[in-house]
Amino acid sequence: MDLSSINPVLLLASLIAASTPILLAAIGELVVERAGVLNLGVEGMMITGAICGFAIAVNTGSPFAGFVMAALGGAALSLLFAALTQIALANHVASGLALTLFGLGLSSLLGQGYVGIKPPPTPKLDIPLLSDIPILGPVLFSHDLMVYLALALVAAVWGMLKYTRAGLILRAVGENHDAAHALGYKVVRVRVLAIAFGGACAGLGGAYLSLVRVPQWTEGMTAGVGWIALALVVFASWKAGRVLLGAWLFGGVSVLQLNLQAAGVAVPVEYLSMSPYLVTILVLVIMSADKSRAPGSLGRIFHASQ
Amino acid sequence: MRLRLEKRPQPARHWIYLSPVLAVLVTMLAGGALFAALGKNPVAAISTIFWEPLFGEFAFYYRPQLLVKGAPLVLIAIGLALGFRAGIWNIGAEGQYIVGALTGAGVALAFYPLDAWFLFGLMILAGALGGLAWGMIPALLKLRFGTNEILVSLMLVYVAEQLLAAMALGPMRNPEGMGFPGSRNLQNYPAAHNAELIAGSGMHWGVVAALIAVIFAHILLGRHILGYQIRLTGQAPRAARFAGVNPARLILFCLGTSGALAGMAGLFEVSGPAGQVSIDFNVGYGFTAIIVAFLGRLHPLGILAAGLLMALTYIGGEIAQSELGLPAAAIQVFQGMLLFFLLAVDVLTNYRLRLLSRAPDPSRSL
Repeated sequence: MDLSSINPVLLLASLIAASTPILLAAIGELVVERAGVLNLGVEGMMITGAICGFAIAVNTGSPFAGFVMAALGGAALSLLFAALTQIALANHVASGLALTLFGLGLSSLLGQGYVGIKPPPTPKLDIPLLSDIPILGPVLFSHDLMVYLALALVAAVWGMLKYTRAGLILRAVGENHDAAHALGYKVVRVRVLAIAFGGACAGLGGAYLSLVRVPQWTEGMTAGVGWIALALVVFASWKAGRVLLGAWLFGGVSVLQLNLQAAGVAVPVEYLSMSPYLVTILVLVIMSADKSRAPGSLGRIFHASQ
Repeated sequence: MRLRLEKRPQPARHWIYLSPVLAVLVTMLAGGALFAALGKNPVAAISTIFWEPLFGEFAFYYRPQLLVKGAPLVLIAIGLALGFRAGIWNIGAEGQYIVGALTGAGVALAFYPLDAWFLFGLMILAGALGGLAWGMIPALLKLRFGTNEILVSLMLVYVAEQLLAAMALGPMRNPEGMGFPGSRNLQNYPAAHNAELIAGSGMHWGVVAALIAVIFAHILLGRHILGYQIRLTGQAPRAARFAGVNPARLILFCLGTSGALAGMAGLFEVSGPAGQVSIDFNVGYGFTAIIVAFLGRLHPLGILAAGLLMALTYIGGEIAQSELGLPAAAIQVFQGMLLFFLLAVDVLTNYRLRLLSRAPDPSRSL
């Protein structure tokens, strides 16, 4: 075992990159849940985004087109969930599970011709001057565009929820849909938009896995990241800023365990691979005592007659 | 002209029975369209999946498979349905299935080559206890810390998969296996083999257990106070609390029972059809059972029928794979679609579709 082979600067830099898929999926789900919808289909939307993005990037040679298509793919799948829960008034939990099961099947169907192919590389944006700063440079300023986009998205969601009228309406719909409806807000429309946004974010997160993190396509490659993103929203008490914190925590754990595997720690690989999931459970245990932060109408079905 | 949903005063009885049938039919249509998009003859594909295993040329071989594949689905789905009815969402049955298989097979491997009549009973007990223990983790964490059982039980699936890999490559590896991963094959160990009870019928102990579970669940839900409390909690949690239902006891019972049943299903599979603990002996029955539970309307008899239907799509899917070159993933999509349409059609049970011919009167708009 050689722990000195782990370079802390590289570790931090890859922590930022490793947290990006979880961050994207979680910030999308945060908006969905703040609108009062519990979409358990994140895993399915992520993996659909992963294959959509991968296929388009491979066929067009442009990772950018891949990311756009991944967002569209994720959003399209999420609209199925929106149709089930908002129009057909189906149970949120069951519909979300259906979305995940369907998404996993669909992705492996779409991905059949893409196993073992390398995607076109996503260019890194080395920000001039800033990326030359020792330590901070490689950690913060030499990533690809998606990393910055994810961070910008967190800031935008935070600002939107806190300072804008649209954010206020979204929160009203999530806290008490009957009151929001009585005030004349279009509950279903707000929720469908939120669901589509969440789907697009999850799709982007999935594509970041298949195009940048791994980068290749394998069946079931998201391996629970979508579910961890769901746990992250609980961990963050439905606050955008804390999602960032949580994503770094999970990014850190997964990067650290990979580094420990590479360094040859005397623990079987399988037990190290369990750690992100065990940490998720641990975090849920610590954070779940305070339920008061959950949006009031989370997971409840809205119909104007009631 | 526009459509409007109007809440029914009471759920429509006929739709409770009609909606699964309608969902299956719509899925066949949509699935046919999917198969056509993949360049296969949709009629041939659908009839291969639903007709061939039952009445085709080789039906004598496929019909027993119906029981082999249906038993674990029914056994798991029965447990899940108890929880789903009470609003307790155990979606980690796959993990409980794996752990049950590990503990059950572990007993057999520990006693190898003992040839005793009690060994198989001990394995069933160990399998049930293993699944029970794995199911109790989300239950106890929920009671003590208020964690969400959906997320915890699901995280434990991934933990169980890693545990399975560690076991298949490490402690449970066959010492005479030339270094290949995987345990001894229990099919070659008569005392531990979950063999067919009647040769060629597909009937093994797992099928018996599934039938017993259906009967017990039916009596529990229909006749027993605990079943009444489960149904009450699902339909009106507040009323249930006022009526003195202890939610903690229900959580322990539902997650524990579904864990034990899933663990038993895992044991029956690993000691019978699968034969050995290997990295990928599990094929996702724990997740498909969720579809089975909903398709069976969370009702034990319905689940029995739904489990057989789902087993049919597995078997028919394999035939379509070899005869028509239909990708295995297409069947997975097909099963996913089924749950989708089922949930969508379900709206008709509680709501009535009203066709409004005039423009809506603004004074009484929604």
